[in-house]
Amino acid sequence: MGDILSKYDILGAFWVTIQLSLLAAIGALVLGTIVAILRVSPVGVLRFIGTSYVNIFRNTPLTLLMVFSILGISFILGISLSQDLSRNAYWWAAIVLSVYHAAFVCEALRSGVNTIPTGQAEAARSIGLTFNQSLTEVLLPQAFRGAIAPLGSVLIALIKNTTVAAVILGTSEAAGLLAQITENEGASLPTFFLFALGFVILTLPLGILFTNLSRRLAVKR
Amino acid sequence: MKTRRIGAIAAGAALALTLAACGSDSGGGSGSGGGDSKGLKIGIKFDQPGMGLKKGSDFTGMDVDVAKYVAKKLGTDEGNITWVQAPSAQRETLISTGQVDMIVATYSITDTRKEKVSFAGPYFIAGQDLLVRADDSSITGPDSLKGKKLCSVTGSTSAQNVLKKVPGVNLQEFGTYSECVAALASGSIDALTTDDTILAGYAAQEQYKGKLKVVGKPFSTENYGIGLKKGDTALCGKITDAIKSMISDGSWQKAVDSNLGPAGYKPGEGNPPTPAACS
Repeated sequence: MGDILSKYDILGAFWVTIQLSLLAAIGALVLGTIVAILRVSPVGVLRFIGTSYVNIFRNTPLTLLMVFSILGISFILGISLSQDLSRNAYWWAAIVLSVYHAAFVCEALRSGVNTIPTGQAEAARSIGLTFNQSLTEVLLPQAFRGAIAPLGSVLIALIKNTTVAAVILGTSEAAGLLAQITENEGASLPTFFLFALGFVILTLPLGILFTNLSRRLAVKR
Repeated sequence: MKTRRIGAIAAGAALALTLAACGSDSGGGSGSGGGDSKGLKIGIKFDQPGMGLKKGSDFTGMDVDVAKYVAKKLGTDEGNITWVQAPSAQRETLISTGQVDMIVATYSITDTRKEKVSFAGPYFIAGQDLLVRADDSSITGPDSLKGKKLCSVTGSTSAQNVLKKVPGVNLQEFGTYSECVAALASGSIDALTTDDTILAGYAAQEQYKGKLKVVGKPFSTENYGIGLKKGDTALCGKITDAIKSMISDGSWQKAVDSNLGPAGYKPGEGNPPTPAACS
């Protein structure tokens, strides 16, 4: 066990996992909010675009999206983000994770919007607020507060899903390094548990934090 | 309400049945210990053309032929062999938990692995090599990889090796070799590196025939052995004899020619190998 810790840069691998999680969390939050706005907008075409986005990306396996980003987009369409192949894979992994989880963020936010009584939206329009104003002043702030708990679940799922990036990313991230250690040292339970523990350390505090937040920020009605 | 309850019972019963089916399946096979004349459970790769490939219900490849020959010498007919998929990461576990009697799956004999399992063989000596497009003459070996795009499998020994040999090489790692081969054929990647046997298997595949070639300058030595439960010297001895007779009676050469030959692959130096004594 000790020599595995000294021979392999496990902390470094988890640092890449954290980087990917942060990048993808920010990307997914921004993109997911936009898609959620599309889905609740009064314009039919925009609603259709939002619904299509969610249905396409929520129902496509993440592994497939990952491989497609490199084999399809990067290699065949030639859209590379870096000349260095592993750097290219890193950025694509972050993008794919963002795009995929944006669909889930969107649905979490929409459930948040649905917790707001329709009367509020009607009241906002009747006092003369535009759609944009009622969205930013009335709906979204409450939607975020109502959606804290499901957003936390999405974030935790995202952190664990970074392991899927191993199919394009190589050994720089936790799951890839685990594959390398298994290849060299043989499969062993202690190593496996060590990596599992790493993810528990990353996700468990987040779960507690989001549960607390959801309780404190809940909109009292 | 009633229909729903009946549905739930039916679902539960179906689940129990499938579970029972699984249970009896593994139970039936577990009676056969190593070297038993009734049946053998042999772990092979299911996804490596030329070595171990599952096509429908048929299995083909060098590893499969070796396994069949060895099984015959142990007194097991082809029909009594249960083929078990043995992905690289699970090989030691499959052996130590008794889910397979032996593993013939491009299994390189290394000291780390010897601590967990015993090996018979080697039955083949492979080496790490490069697969390139047939019209590409710029890559002649690991030294000419500077500035080229290389592909291998995440965390594999080959990937680590080449990173050590050619520091800073532009390496793309995928989950399986199939993705690398696709990228190589389409021209997005310049070379794919792993054991030459696996490369030859891909080059011999119908859709890539004539498009890809193995460079033929191996830069490592991989001794493929047959993995067994640690310390089972009796079985190891029998298998070693089987490998020896396979090499001497020409079946070994036939297996190499039919599985790896179509790509113009010739076994490298040291082949056919002399199996080591069992310890």
